[in-house]
Amino acid sequence: MLGVSNLVMYYRTLKGEVRAVDDVSFSLQKGETIAIIGESGCGKSSLAKSIVRLLPRNVSTYRGKVILNGVNLMELDEETFNREVRWTKITYVPQAALNSLNPVIKIGDQMIEPLLFHRKMDKGEALERAAKALRLVGVSDAFLHHYPFELSGGMKQRVIIAMALLTEPELMILDEPTSSLDVLTQANIMNLLKRIRKEMDLSMIFITHDVALSSELADKVAVMYAGQIVELGNAEEFYRDPKHPYSQKLMESVPTLRRDKELSFIPGSPPSLLNPPKGCRFAERCPFKFDKCSEDPPITPLDEDSYVKCWLYEKGSS
Amino acid sequence: MSEQLLRVENLKKYFEVRRGLFGRRRFYVRAVDGVDLTLTKGEAVSIVGESGCGKTTLGKTILRLYEPTDGRIIFEGKDITHLGWKELKWYRRETGLVQQDPFGALPPFMTVKRILEEPLIIHGFKDKREREERIYKVLERVRLTPIEDFINKYPHMLSGGQQQRLVIARSIILEPKLIVADEPVSMLDASVRVEILKLLQDLQKSYNLSVIYITHDLSTTKYFSERIFIMYAAHIVESAGTREILRNPMHPYTKALLNVIPDPDPSNRLAIKEVPAGEPPNLIDPPLGCRFHPRCPSPVKGLCDVKEPPMIEVDEGHYAKCWLYA
Repeated sequence: MLGVSNLVMYYRTLKGEVRAVDDVSFSLQKGETIAIIGESGCGKSSLAKSIVRLLPRNVSTYRGKVILNGVNLMELDEETFNREVRWTKITYVPQAALNSLNPVIKIGDQMIEPLLFHRKMDKGEALERAAKALRLVGVSDAFLHHYPFELSGGMKQRVIIAMALLTEPELMILDEPTSSLDVLTQANIMNLLKRIRKEMDLSMIFITHDVALSSELADKVAVMYAGQIVELGNAEEFYRDPKHPYSQKLMESVPTLRRDKELSFIPGSPPSLLNPPKGCRFAERCPFKFDKCSEDPPITPLDEDSYVKCWLYEKGSS
Repeated sequence: MSEQLLRVENLKKYFEVRRGLFGRRRFYVRAVDGVDLTLTKGEAVSIVGESGCGKTTLGKTILRLYEPTDGRIIFEGKDITHLGWKELKWYRRETGLVQQDPFGALPPFMTVKRILEEPLIIHGFKDKREREERIYKVLERVRLTPIEDFINKYPHMLSGGQQQRLVIARSIILEPKLIVADEPVSMLDASVRVEILKLLQDLQKSYNLSVIYITHDLSTTKYFSERIFIMYAAHIVESAGTREILRNPMHPYTKALLNVIPDPDPSNRLAIKEVPAGEPPNLIDPPLGCRFHPRCPSPVKGLCDVKEPPMIEVDEGHYAKCWLYA
């Protein structure tokens, strides 16, 4: 359904060009969820924004293919993209969205804005739809006439999700949807997302820094490091046996409640995206580093839809 | 039994809120409402709870950054509950705080050296050489090395993990006996998180430091503390040894918490988890009886909604504030 190939997004700053998304490829089936995990600054939010074409103003390079149902979105002009794709087929829930509700406008009026604008619906019909969407996420439709401050954090996040579902999208991109919520509220939102993706046969891109949380939704996992996907795998395989040395190290740093394990951390810090190293970007911190790592590792497919970007897995090598 | 360092008895901290015309209507937010807790020398304990449960207020009241409303705080046998400003200076030296947001906790236009020198100057280290020696020693301890690279830097030039190590360095430079670490790793990335927790643990062991680790994240407590206190709506609802609580949770709230925290496991995506309905109560007007009863899966009518449960020792060293065990 969705295919992203060789997506590149650089932007220019005073210090030079930031390679936020550097040659990223993955695909997603209908009803499937991919989790994009990585640490702060690895480019995961930039990747999400590049898919919905919400680019920073100082963007310098933007190329590659984003194919949705056979149509290359990169070839659409801005107006068509805005009318037919953004907020219609693809919705995007940005990070800390719950603080982006306008405090002086009633929930209902905020919710129907995209319907009035994108679908040219009349107000009554739009409010009807909004009420339906609220009920779907487990919020009473009486809240249409309330202001955001009257809602708790978890309720606000539900409203945001309802807003994203209004236009009956095919793909929903969620950027850290629960990062400021409490544990129990977070579990509630995860339950909600599981339910609606089943009911609506929705595809999701779930962006998070929390490896344990990502397993709540992910059918597929992409691990990002310094602007690149270093490993793509299906959930069954990935959480039990990650392949890339970075994924392995990341997994070792995640505390577990039910299993006993020794925690370890990754010494050093990720390279700057201004001037990333020529070879493998993780080589500097990698315990398995060898000569070859000074060259850019190729993407080695492991099976149909998983790959790893590491010399250790190169075909023909031992 | 090793030596007791801190004893907190029936500690309460209420904040006044004024509402209505000219603030005529007064309310009290009961952020900490009758907490008992003890801590031995060199022990690390965790206080776990969700936001708004009063865990930060509890930590800050123990450090006497807030004046307690009621109850007693005994530190090394001395009652410090209502110490005056002058005597408090001694207590400040014996205790330290590690805040959640390291960048917010560091003054932006002071260098690393200046940040670490300040507490030394305040506490009367007159000899410049001695101050410098201490600064170098502490930087080495928190591994901000090579020291020459860091000593003249400003906070914004450091990474998140380095900033947090600086905050820790500042909190231990006076060699206190007690540290309150309030969500010290919640703003950091997974791999850095472990690094900071290991550092804190290393300091705790080598200085025989007592640490109160305040967090919302149960999964990290296992790697850090010997005992856990679970806090809900300004009360401690359960306390026991860390392993014991994780293996055998008793209070329905603890059970709910443990149930929803995911481990990285692909089977998670297939299951809907049971979550107690509702939200934590308002601390201005908390519910009568057990504060968890409106959300509890098995409340006893006529008891849980009327009478506050006592803290009951269910197993040796394992306490639960719940009528189920009475």
